Amino acid sequence: MAGEFLRVAILGSGNIGTDLLVKVLRSEAMTCTAFIGRRSGSPGMLKAESLGVNVSSESIDYLRQHPDCCDLVFDATSARDHRAHWEILRHLGLPVIDLTPAQIGGMCVPAVNMQQCLSQPNVNMVTCGGQAAIPIAYAIGQTHQDVDYVEVVSSIASRSAGPATRLNLDEYIHTTEHGVKQFSGARRTKAILNLNPAEPCINMQTTVLARVAQPDLAALRDAVHEISRKIRAYVPGYEVILGPLLEGDRVVVMVRVRGLGDYLPAYAGNLDIINCAAIATAEEYARSRLGRLSA
Amino acid sequence: MSRVLISDPSLRDGNHAVSHKLTCAQIRRSCAAAEAAGIPIVEVGHGNGLGASSLQVGESSCSDSEMLRAARSQLRHSLLGIHVIPGFATIDKDLRPALELGVDVVRVASHCSEADITERHIRFAREAGKTVYGVLMMSHMVDPPELVRQARKMEDYGAQGVVFMDSAGHFLPDDVRERVALLVEGLTLPVGFHAHNNLGMAIANSLAAVQSGAALLDATVRGFGAGAGNAQLEVLVPVLTRMGIDTGIDFYKLLDAADLAEEQLMPRVPWISSVSVVSGLSGVFSGFATPVRRIAAELGVDPRDVMFELGKRRVLAGQEDLILEIAGALAAERVSGQP
Repeated sequence: MAGEFLRVAILGSGNIGTDLLVKVLRSEAMTCTAFIGRRSGSPGMLKAESLGVNVSSESIDYLRQHPDCCDLVFDATSARDHRAHWEILRHLGLPVIDLTPAQIGGMCVPAVNMQQCLSQPNVNMVTCGGQAAIPIAYAIGQTHQDVDYVEVVSSIASRSAGPATRLNLDEYIHTTEHGVKQFSGARRTKAILNLNPAEPCINMQTTVLARVAQPDLAALRDAVHEISRKIRAYVPGYEVILGPLLEGDRVVVMVRVRGLGDYLPAYAGNLDIINCAAIATAEEYARSRLGRLSA
Repeated sequence: MSRVLISDPSLRDGNHAVSHKLTCAQIRRSCAAAEAAGIPIVEVGHGNGLGASSLQVGESSCSDSEMLRAARSQLRHSLLGIHVIPGFATIDKDLRPALELGVDVVRVASHCSEADITERHIRFAREAGKTVYGVLMMSHMVDPPELVRQARKMEDYGAQGVVFMDSAGHFLPDDVRERVALLVEGLTLPVGFHAHNNLGMAIANSLAAVQSGAALLDATVRGFGAGAGNAQLEVLVPVLTRMGIDTGIDFYKLLDAADLAEEQLMPRVPWISSVSVVSGLSGVFSGFATPVRRIAAELGVDPRDVMFELGKRRVLAGQEDLILEIAGALAAERVSGQP
């Protein structure tokens, strides 16, 4: 492990991968040694070239041929591709932060369980909706004994959902439901995703709806306040815009995520929240591996 | 005599009108009546289709599988149809189990500009040997050429017909004529139309669709459907007959089915309420009428203001959570006296 930076490769040159690249370049803990796609000339590849980053269009083969090019891989492709990639990366001994909903590694939501994730060779970042909703679901679980049901509904701008996201809707739902269940302790969970084509583009918005025995809104308000403060440390545009409140017998909390506007404009909070979570995790990994930033 | 294929979503769209509380017993009786009348396709399910029972859009009284079993037990010649929206329903959790229960017709739906999210579900249902239609909802929200582009994607994925829905009941007959004509010209597939009656146009729009070349129409008994309801099936069928268009449906038995539905399914027959007129004008999904009325009453704001504001935000079916946000903002404005 050479140099003072964690050397990372980004696999996947779509919206997520390209936005992630901009964030890696800004990080004081990392440097991007390879930006890897499948098609040279795609918007993401052109963007990476314009930023002076080493690019390859050879997909996973590049890492097979240059396993020493990096200390950590971000996989921002698709769930199906990640399953194949992981077989290869595992044999190469390369740890990976998985931004697809492949659900191979343990789920990581930095505001909730980052420390537990760092020793794992494959860390799964759940989904964009999961990163927004799970901290709230966790707060509900922490403040209530008996959580029957948690439902999370996310609306994102159509323009922020590239082809892989659209092809992965089912995996998005299954992975988000699994994550919400794991972190809230709810008996049942459900995830719904809406793509909204409105112009100007809508900000990412996620509503968490829950049914609990004996709702304690005061305790929940404190827990939500505390955890959203933790999230804002790595996702500055995360904001609770409604609740917690009771509407009928439903507990409702609504959050809005504005992005940093790195690759796509600020409405694409969905890109931002999963990427910021991945960066926060990688920086913590760098800190523990390299001692960098520990001073 | 030319022919139009009728698909009857009374037991799916009608679920919107009763907050998704249709029971298995109701579904069984209504399916028996539909079978007796020879209705070609009977669509059953939660108002937002398979896998949609939720706090967001309303919980069903009985599960998807219970509804499908109840319907299947009564339908022999009539085909059993389902409505499937990716984003709500997944293949593994919802679609595969539904097909195993004996569904015949799968209608995979998306918002009118998002056809590419239907690819996997359409391909899966085709590979399973089902009859598959693509459905474009809220179709007033894109211009006609874009509607054709989206429909072509569904054709590429393997859909055997494309239905476009006037989910907000916003179209006038000329709007429908223009879209059907372009779709018929741009696709090699049958084109279908699904009307809502917010502006009193459901029958007129359905006729306009047929006259422009539509081969499939959705209509429901007593218009039982979201908001102001759909095209009224027992009116549409005899009107088509007078125009020389056959549906294969037994008229008297259809009237019996409609009488039964009025008596057994609906607390009141769908009507064009003031909120539904506003929903049609502002282009908001008809199914929002019930939750908008409920939430507006809770927060003490004017439901018409909420509808117009939802229209400005261009909300889609499935974004019911925004009703609470918008009504809350209106209530706060009223308190502070400032917009």
